[in-house]
Amino acid sequence: MAVLESTAREQRAARPAKRRRRNARQSLNANSPAHRGDGKLAWVLIAPALVGFLVFAAYPTLRGIYLSFTDFKVLSPPEWIGFDNYVQLAHDEVFWSALGVTVYFVVLSVSISLVVSVATAAVLHRLTSSTVIRGLIILPFLISAVVAGTVWSWMLDTQLGVVNIVIKALGGDGVQFLTSRSWAIPSIALISVWKQMGYTAIIIFAGLQTIPPTIYEAGRVDGASELKMFRRLTLPLLRPILALVIVLNIIGAFQVFDIVQVATKGGPANASNVLQMYIYSKAFGQFDFGYAAAMSLSLFAVLIVITFLQMRLLRASESDTNQ
Amino acid sequence: MTSLVAAPPRKHSRPRKFTVGRGLAWAYLVGVLFVTIFPFYWILRTALSNNYALSAHPAALLPAGFTWGPFQRVLGLATTEQSIAEGGSGASIEIGHYLLNSVVYATVSTVLIVFCSTLAAYAFARLHWRGRDFMFGLFLTALMVPGILTLLPNFVLIVFCSTLAAYAFARLHWRGRDFMFGLFLTALMVPGILTLLPNFVLIKELGLLNSFAGMILPGALFSAFNIFFLRQFMLGLSTETEEAALLDGAGRLRVLFGITLPMTSGPIITLSILGFIGMWNDYFWPLLVTSDESVQPLTLALAVFKQSSPQAQPDWAGLMAATLVAAMPMLLLFMVFGRRIVNSIGFSGIK
Repeated sequence: MAVLESTAREQRAARPAKRRRRNARQSLNANSPAHRGDGKLAWVLIAPALVGFLVFAAYPTLRGIYLSFTDFKVLSPPEWIGFDNYVQLAHDEVFWSALGVTVYFVVLSVSISLVVSVATAAVLHRLTSSTVIRGLIILPFLISAVVAGTVWSWMLDTQLGVVNIVIKALGGDGVQFLTSRSWAIPSIALISVWKQMGYTAIIIFAGLQTIPPTIYEAGRVDGASELKMFRRLTLPLLRPILALVIVLNIIGAFQVFDIVQVATKGGPANASNVLQMYIYSKAFGQFDFGYAAAMSLSLFAVLIVITFLQMRLLRASESDTNQ
Repeated sequence: MTSLVAAPPRKHSRPRKFTVGRGLAWAYLVGVLFVTIFPFYWILRTALSNNYALSAHPAALLPAGFTWGPFQRVLGLATTEQSIAEGGSGASIEIGHYLLNSVVYATVSTVLIVFCSTLAAYAFARLHWRGRDFMFGLFLTALMVPGILTLLPNFVLIVFCSTLAAYAFARLHWRGRDFMFGLFLTALMVPGILTLLPNFVLIKELGLLNSFAGMILPGALFSAFNIFFLRQFMLGLSTETEEAALLDGAGRLRVLFGITLPMTSGPIITLSILGFIGMWNDYFWPLLVTSDESVQPLTLALAVFKQSSPQAQPDWAGLMAATLVAAMPMLLLFMVFGRRIVNSIGFSGIK
């Protein structure tokens, strides 16, 4: 994403907009004939969106917070129980194990995805501007996580999966990718990297294109090698975008569900029971909605902490580029 | 700056002599492309195989025991005996029916949401009315509510960060800026399930479980991101033509549909494509609100088909055929709009 470019554009667009709005307010006061009746039409035009906002966004958010303080089993009305859900949560071993599994997944998938996509974007940037290649790279992003999970559970199948056949042909031992405790989460992380990598790479690629090529020419004149230029020029200039991409990837990874549901269903023996999966099974397996809502809010709290840590990264990069 | 822009498009890949480094880089790229694309080939290869032949020759690069059987099974064209003879489970998934559900779900949702957003965007960009700025601010706060985020790809977050945050956070200096920025970002991260659960309860109370209305409504009316995106674009358009038409006595609605909308068609198409991809691939929300086959989309059917193989060895060939059918619309969309999709992801819709 061309953060910088679009930022500049927004600002250019926003400034006249502000002026126009100020004028508009004057003409509104003057009751100018050109805009008489705008009000009524405007409310008609935004009515559907407003209904959607109030009913399906604002209300559910507040209700979700309320439900987390209740005992709510769907069939009977919610009953206020204060912090009981949270107390129970603190002693719920499955919750803590799910949190651990999720963090493990996040660390694996985000770090691998970042390394591969930065490398891919940099290589694309230096080698070719072909839209076809970029298009092919983004292909997995277009298919659903269910399809990705299904295909890879076939390719990673212990007996007939092509990956294991290749491993055995190379003299290795077969790996129980999705059916062993130690491999379940790494395998799911790899599937998720496969699906998401191209998308991240294209965003980073767009960021790379905002770096003026003259910088590289200057570097080359100074006799810097490609690798050195990558470390000393590309990475620092890319830091704001990288920080953003990391934040987004972490957000996405924390909410992983589809791939897990298709590939392992949380097994074997909770080895891949990620948080979203556990919340889902609490809510729709045991109909304990209050408890599930409390877990959702807790996940939210975890993400708050992570974001504030990320903020330091963002801010650090800002001061870096400004100097 | 303009002279730079006017210069011939910059090419970093100006022909240079071959070096080891470039060779390695190409090798890496080819490797990445191979890993990216190979699974798609493997789907096709497996979908044209006979299950028994698959077990005998799992490594064959070409379809093992070539047959159209898996597709016939999936499309409900094969009899039970035929399907069992090829190692199928005897169950077919009647994919056409689910395909139709997916088409209805994705199309209706996309059309509705883009239409509603366009109307609202016009009200915010062109009309003058009391409370407009307040309403717009209110809508934007909803960008922080996650339900919508599960319906559109991460794309939403990125553009949100680059536009809103950009101005207030990069140019203005104010107390508590870093705190607010963090708050904004965290609000975007509210787990989708926080609104999805209450929305499920709401849909249940409305008696809309197992209906297209229940599936479509929560995501079809309001998208803060779409509104914001379109409004920004409209503000950038010259108003001359529209004002001339108004002076000639054309009504506001006529101007909206006759002039402004056609001029906004580019971003509308971009939003439609991204929205359609998101809806087509959506799994979690339909999983919550539908249990009846009559309305379930393809993603659900596929997951069920995978889990419910009664035999020890799943009907992989049939599964891959179903997968291919499920992915086909996206692949077709990609062939038609590939460049547009790539650019809209990379450049946030810059034309």
